[in-house]
Amino acid sequence: MKIDLTDTTSSRINSALVEGRRVIGAPAIGMVLTLVIVTDEGSAYDAMRAASDASREHPSRILAVIKRPGRTPRDRARTRLDAEVLVGSDAGAGETVLLRLHGELVNHAESVVLPLLLPDAPVVVWWPADAPDNPAGHPLGCLGQRRITDAAAAEDPVAALGLRAASYTPGDTDLAWTRITPWRSTLAAALDQKHSAITSAVVEGEEYNPSAELLALWLADRLRVPVERTVSDGPGLTAVRLRTADGVICLDRPDGALAELAMPGQPDRHVALKRRETAELIAEELRRLDPDEIYKSAVQFGVERITAGARSATEQQPSQPQPELEPESEPVRKRAAPAKKSSGSAAQSKAENTK
Amino acid sequence: MTEVTTSSNPLRDALDRRLPRIAGPSGLVIFGVTGDLSRKKLMPAIYDLANRGLLPPGFSLVGFARRDWEHEDFAQVVHDAVKEHARTPFREEVWAQLAEGFRFIPGDFGDDDAFDTLRTTINELDKARGTGGNFAFYLSVPPKFFPLVVEQLKKHGLSKGPGDSWRRAVIEKPFGHDLKSAQELNRVVHEVFSPDQVFRIDHYLGKETVQNILALRFANTMFEPLWNRSYVDHVQITMAEDIGIGGRAGYYDGIGAARDVIQNHLLQLLALTAMEEPGSFHPKALVAEKLKVLGAVQLPDDLGAYTVRGQYAHAWQGGEEVLGYLEEEGINPDSKTDTYAAIKLTINNRRWAGVPFYLRTGKRLGRRVTEIAVVFKRAPYLPFESGATEELGQNALVIRVQPDEGVTVRFGSKVPGTSMEVRDVTMDFAYGESFTESSPEAYERLILDVLLGDANLFPRHQEVELSWNILDPIEAYWAAHGKPAQYSAGTWGPAEADEMLARDGRSWRRP
Repeated sequence: MKIDLTDTTSSRINSALVEGRRVIGAPAIGMVLTLVIVTDEGSAYDAMRAASDASREHPSRILAVIKRPGRTPRDRARTRLDAEVLVGSDAGAGETVLLRLHGELVNHAESVVLPLLLPDAPVVVWWPADAPDNPAGHPLGCLGQRRITDAAAAEDPVAALGLRAASYTPGDTDLAWTRITPWRSTLAAALDQKHSAITSAVVEGEEYNPSAELLALWLADRLRVPVERTVSDGPGLTAVRLRTADGVICLDRPDGALAELAMPGQPDRHVALKRRETAELIAEELRRLDPDEIYKSAVQFGVERITAGARSATEQQPSQPQPELEPESEPVRKRAAPAKKSSGSAAQSKAENTK
Repeated sequence: MTEVTTSSNPLRDALDRRLPRIAGPSGLVIFGVTGDLSRKKLMPAIYDLANRGLLPPGFSLVGFARRDWEHEDFAQVVHDAVKEHARTPFREEVWAQLAEGFRFIPGDFGDDDAFDTLRTTINELDKARGTGGNFAFYLSVPPKFFPLVVEQLKKHGLSKGPGDSWRRAVIEKPFGHDLKSAQELNRVVHEVFSPDQVFRIDHYLGKETVQNILALRFANTMFEPLWNRSYVDHVQITMAEDIGIGGRAGYYDGIGAARDVIQNHLLQLLALTAMEEPGSFHPKALVAEKLKVLGAVQLPDDLGAYTVRGQYAHAWQGGEEVLGYLEEEGINPDSKTDTYAAIKLTINNRRWAGVPFYLRTGKRLGRRVTEIAVVFKRAPYLPFESGATEELGQNALVIRVQPDEGVTVRFGSKVPGTSMEVRDVTMDFAYGESFTESSPEAYERLILDVLLGDANLFPRHQEVELSWNILDPIEAYWAAHGKPAQYSAGTWGPAEADEMLARDGRSWRRP
């Protein structure tokens, strides 16, 4: 059931929600959270679809905040709130309200959203694109227990990771991090088996893919060995190599779906590592609403401490490893920088990549 | 840096809760792989696990059965089973990962050559797939074959893996038909596999709702204070089926509802409902509490008055005419096998003294439902005019195990209007509403736990033996006295069962 409201207020929207539920004969449903999507008209459709798919796993009230500041000064001067209320089968499993904010109201979105939050249930705020530099400090972001950003949607993804690290507040998370969960769990499972000490690592993936950087950061943070990031043609992440005394542990996914895991002294095995849809990523994010300490630790490790390698494709330009940074310039961490002795091994790994 | 072992895997961290528990390198051997259970439950569950990324790379599945199949035929059978029954969508890359590890071994359980082939297959898989010698043997076969199969496994050196690898045995109910046969079965299996490597599948324990009993009781504050004799009047545990015995006449006749259901499922549900809080969720702590409560179970003095058995009779059920039990094909018309059983138990401890637990199960009942109803005492004093609370029943908390998993709380509420009138209303929590639309199948969880070696959701042999201890006197009484009462198919059991509760001033809930 769909109710359109023009030039309205939050309280009228609330009445429409109650009315809608009564009409479809479900006076109360077990919604577990409120998902606030902050978006523009351009990415609203895809984001809504992903959210409503994810709501099958996590029935929620979805509030889409769509900003329409207007192009002309006249438009900008006219403030108006339009709403589209969807209940029942039109709204996945839960309720959906599309809020279109016009004019000056764009800057006061939180006043519209606050009265529409479900009582006593967690609030998740998601920016599919154009995330603020400091999500927790944003007026909408501070309503949420959890704030989801997506570095991959930023103009400069790697710089976006730097921003995330600088403004990290418990409850922050990024879809670039969510995307690598299957990689991380396969690598962790691989290391559950006996192997000799890891001396260095290489993460290979598309350019402008912050997931590759995050995976490199995570490995560097956890393993405390030099990690190199090399560029391939994708799709997405293509390989991780962990070098040990006995040989290389290699997880290689050339086609974005089926990967091959090679471990020294063991047969090669296939692992399904499909690139996931946004809906699956959001569903994973909504599964746990507590602060992700591991993400914090990885993202704050410092992108600049990952060695940038050359393209792993055909032509190899032997590039110099990035200049090492002074410890003072690192984010607040007491740990000794493991990336220090990277020059030698990075060169070594390049030799291997050309094989 | 030193050699990395599992316990010190630097990529693992207790705080990293996104990383799922993936089983280590391992494989599963299914005996009786052509059976219904294997096709409808086990194969889809394995695929679903793989699809959720919970199986190790290189996981291998070996089928063993008396069929003239090649590995490819077996892969095709699994493929069809997965397509038809899997919970998660079919994905080519997952299938590709899984299908490489399929092997099939044709043969009888007595066939030494087949077991030799099994051993070479396992060695080959260790080399080609890196399964590391870790294998679980799933005995999806009638219990009379258990001794033969475990004996063969031992004879061919399959019950012990190389080095520190593990070999586990998975067995399905029935775990014997009385205490003596259960002990005998345990002896046979434990001779070959050590007790902590034997996993008894009671698929009820893998259900989300059953695991939720523990969460409901021990993660909340609002229920536990009421969970005792001061507030609870009685507890009803029901498992009803709307189907008859179908083609299972050979298995069912002579076993009956009490042995088939009460001994395992219902007594497990009773244990989880009534047990004290365990010190931790360590399998040992949990099993200790379950054993304590099962050990405290007391049978009624008058078994004739407080146990009832029945047989469904020819009638119309849900718009269909159905046969009575004695008319079913393959059933002796003089059979005294119970298709319905209801018993009253009490628990001798401080928490439950004097609170009856009524257990009932049956085939061809009103509808398929399993639930635990905790019925509370009436308020000691009602300050309303007489008549105002006439329609008010007892408060109740109902855990709906299946279908429509969830929890219902029943309490009184004022009827809108000018007069004070109180009537029962219900407050409902449905799993499907607040959580994923399809929770994992019980078998998914259980197979994963077998591969991980986590024994929490599996009844241990002591529990099985204690349960038989409870049921054996009842079965003995039934064997010596009278015969089952008849009830029309599609109803809620024989009149004697209603009388049994009426004698205590209570009545069965209509589930």
